[in-house]
Amino acid sequence: MPASPTRRLVALALASTALAATALAAPAAALADPVKVGFVSTLSGPPAALGVHMRDGFLLAVKELGGKLGGQPTEVIVVDDELKPDVAVSKVKALMERDKVDIVAGTVFSNVLMAIQKPVLANETFLISANAGPSPLAGKGCSPFFFSASYQNDQVHSVMGQYAQDKGFKRVILITPNYQAGKDAMAGFKRNFKGEVVEEIFTQLGQLDFSAELAKIQAAKPDAIFTFMPGGMGVNLVKQYQQAGLAGQIPFLSSFTIDETTLPATQDAAVGLLSGAEWAPNLDTPQNKAFVAAYEKEYGIVPSLYAAQGYDAAMLIDGALKATGGKVSDKEAFRKALASAPFKSVRGDFSFNTNGFPIQDFYVVKAVKRPDGRYATEIQSKVFDNAADAYVAECPLK
Amino acid sequence: MSARAAGGGAGFAFLFRPAVLIALFALALAVAVWSGSGYAPTIIARTAILALAAVSLSFLIGQAGLVSFGHAAPLGIGAYAVLIAGEYGVTNALVLFPLGFAAAALWSAATGVIALRTRGVYFIMITLAFAQMLFYVAGSLSAFGGDDGLGIAARATFFGQRFLRTDTDLAVFAIAALGVTLLVLERLSAAPFGLMLRTGRANEEKLASLGLDPFVHRLVALAAAGGIAGIAGVLLANQVEYVSPATMNWHVSGELIVMVVLGGTKRLGGAVLGAVAVMVIDETLGHFTEFWKFGLGLVILGAVLLRGADLTQLIRGTAHG
Amino acid sequence: MTAALFFSQLLNGLQLGVILFLVAAGLTLVFGVMDFINLAHGVQYMLGAYLVAVLSAWSGSFAFGLAAGLLAALALGFVMEVLVFRHLTRRDHLEQVLATFGLILVVTEGVRMIFGSAPLPFPVPAALNGTVTLFEGLNYPVWRLVILAVGVAVAVLLWVLVNRTRAGMLVRAGSTHPQTVAALGVDVDRLFLFVFAFGAMLAGLAGAMAGPLVSVEPTMGDKVLILAFVVVVIGGIGSIKGAFVAAILVGLVDTVGRAFLPDLLRTLVGKSAAATAGPTLSSMLIYLLMALVLSFRPSGLFGGRPS
Repeated sequence: MPASPTRRLVALALASTALAATALAAPAAALADPVKVGFVSTLSGPPAALGVHMRDGFLLAVKELGGKLGGQPTEVIVVDDELKPDVAVSKVKALMERDKVDIVAGTVFSNVLMAIQKPVLANETFLISANAGPSPLAGKGCSPFFFSASYQNDQVHSVMGQYAQDKGFKRVILITPNYQAGKDAMAGFKRNFKGEVVEEIFTQLGQLDFSAELAKIQAAKPDAIFTFMPGGMGVNLVKQYQQAGLAGQIPFLSSFTIDETTLPATQDAAVGLLSGAEWAPNLDTPQNKAFVAAYEKEYGIVPSLYAAQGYDAAMLIDGALKATGGKVSDKEAFRKALASAPFKSVRGDFSFNTNGFPIQDFYVVKAVKRPDGRYATEIQSKVFDNAADAYVAECPLK
Repeated sequence: MSARAAGGGAGFAFLFRPAVLIALFALALAVAVWSGSGYAPTIIARTAILALAAVSLSFLIGQAGLVSFGHAAPLGIGAYAVLIAGEYGVTNALVLFPLGFAAAALWSAATGVIALRTRGVYFIMITLAFAQMLFYVAGSLSAFGGDDGLGIAARATFFGQRFLRTDTDLAVFAIAALGVTLLVLERLSAAPFGLMLRTGRANEEKLASLGLDPFVHRLVALAAAGGIAGIAGVLLANQVEYVSPATMNWHVSGELIVMVVLGGTKRLGGAVLGAVAVMVIDETLGHFTEFWKFGLGLVILGAVLLRGADLTQLIRGTAHG
Repeated sequence: MTAALFFSQLLNGLQLGVILFLVAAGLTLVFGVMDFINLAHGVQYMLGAYLVAVLSAWSGSFAFGLAAGLLAALALGFVMEVLVFRHLTRRDHLEQVLATFGLILVVTEGVRMIFGSAPLPFPVPAALNGTVTLFEGLNYPVWRLVILAVGVAVAVLLWVLVNRTRAGMLVRAGSTHPQTVAALGVDVDRLFLFVFAFGAMLAGLAGAMAGPLVSVEPTMGDKVLILAFVVVVIGGIGSIKGAFVAAILVGLVDTVGRAFLPDLLRTLVGKSAAATAGPTLSSMLIYLLMALVLSFRPSGLFGGRPS
């Protein structure tokens, strides 16, 4: 009897590894020497929607610029980090060593960014975050090769803390998942909120049922709740918050919970709920109007802040490349170009601080149903004007 | 499974021999280094590390019939041993490797004492339960990054000497560890120890009627397999230079089982080939489409449905419904 | 703590248990009758939620969406059985695990290709939205009461089916003495086909019930699958009664743990220690429960034969 199909399959697989290894090793054919950008995003698993928005925003900008950044032909290599730090590191090494990318961009989640920043920055490759903004990179661990086209994580939570303070809320319950980002969210909120935190509720990561927590909130009757529940957890919480009859009664303050990635699912249940953000689709700048219209036309959905940040990240690279004549090789020149933020952000005011994080405005946004039947966030009020993050003083870069 | 083993191709049997496997790994690495690729050694190192973990699981499943759905736990313990020791300034490989092995083996033995009271599916689930508990504990270690994890300070040293500077160094080390493990576990399988495990797996009543209880043998097998997974974890942490609870997630345990079963449990080498197959699928399909897991699923499904099965029977079965 | 709060947490626990029972019932049947480990059961739960969500939105009627969606889930159960499962019934457990793991990837990614990664809308049917006052100080969401009612109804129905009908007798016998049943001239393969499709529909029903509460997305089945396995194993494989008792137990332990454990720890070990230990411990509770049950009863609470 001949070898079984599986045996043949594995033999084939093994042979192909050897082949693959050699193929990978072949020096990249250097034709027109295009600009290469490795884009790391989370494209599988529950939070894939965020990663898809961010990637699509970035690709939309490249498409609008005729497939070029800074006038140079550009190749964007998109990889899926699967939200696993070790997978991300291995794929980013591939981007740098096999594909020889000039710039690494993307990263939705802080743990992925923290895992890849070491090999990327040690290699003196430019790293541009289109979402994650962990505090170590803003403070002691800042790097001349790192720039954020988004925000520092704490800022968005502080927006809601300041808002609760301004509104005169006295008693607030905080509810976040039990992990570092959740604890950071609470700390960020409390930085600007001086009232009483009645209770800090930590939930499981990926929790499905919030009935126990909602019953507690119902019994404690706080002036407001503050929550940070990204992705599917937020959808679960918002739906159940509405069903428990709390939506009209206790103000719902949030960060990364109510946005255009979750609104298509929560719909009416989320309308009227508040969130902190540095952008919303109805922000009134010419760049933003054009971006939102183009995005809705291209993908048929309303963009989220992840999409806007992806778009801005591409525009930032474009502007810096224009300033250096399309060259990344002179790293000092390219760094200086990036640091001057040579682009018009969809957010309006945008400049870089010494640690590579933006100085920008922050708003309270509210979920609404637009006249065309789509759900989106809208600017409610400006909370911070030209705000810098809290860690910049710890960064030795000047 | 026996039918498959009988049909298990005379033509490719040589691929399962440790010496051949190690030679192929070494050859691939040599080609990679010779051609100057910076990335291929990374992939080869990663494959060898995962293969090491898969081989230890294959020993449990194939010899002892103990299907652990929590093998990510000892892997993660090895990785955390590197992180935690590093935070206390210990980076000497002569400390890290024994520490990773011992901690993981201890965990596997301690949970094994309880888990071995159960059989079959119950064993699968209780090992999952223990691994999940550890996963949540790791996520709560805020001193070590909590759920996000933490980067390790530096790769392992040998009395201050940095011997794992590149991924090529690491690949050499991982391949060597894989080779030694394959040899030791094959010896162990051929010894009376392995016979006892296999008899216990095939016919527990018979053993019992002879007044023999394979409990201690199974416990030792669990501890050994756990310890080896711990070594793989130490290597993994050094390769990625980052440790997070994601390593202990049940998905990782599932992927290890996929590697083992895809390659077949009859011989330990099968797990190595399974690990290679999964890595190749990941590396190739992953570049073509964001939906690459669709392809992986089809390959897995096809491999099981077609394996050893009579194709005509399969078609008749379909037409029948 | 008021009586209202305590009572509402109790209801919450029961309701979570009932959803888990709906998922676990089909799983334990397939497990028991054919000794088949079906990891793809969570996918059937996800498909149920998607089918009902899409058909309800398309027709504008939840009742139609539910009926058509459940029929479609049943039909998909037949299709999957014919295409995949019947070829695996006499295989090794490990090969079943592997093949159904492959099926999870195929179906999950397939759904993602069609509907995208973003969660689908699945609002509570308008007539069942809102809360009802059970007694002074206790407002409870109507939909959660509906889930409780449906779950209890299904439990009763299953009990009657398994204990009072010929088909049920065969299912019970098939799970303990498959050879005897085959020797009686019963077509075991056909029995499996129907049990499997029925189990798929039950999972679909669970998905449809949970849909208005949770995010309807391609991977929603993963987490529920593990919980369902925990329930099945605690209850004893193949036992409907066991699945029911274990599901309620798991639902109560999980909810009550989340509700009261952090407060309890705060009084015992102090605030700062409780802040980190509390949530960790409550996440672990159900696994702790499973490990405890299995170490004293290695075949679950109501399990007959080991595995």
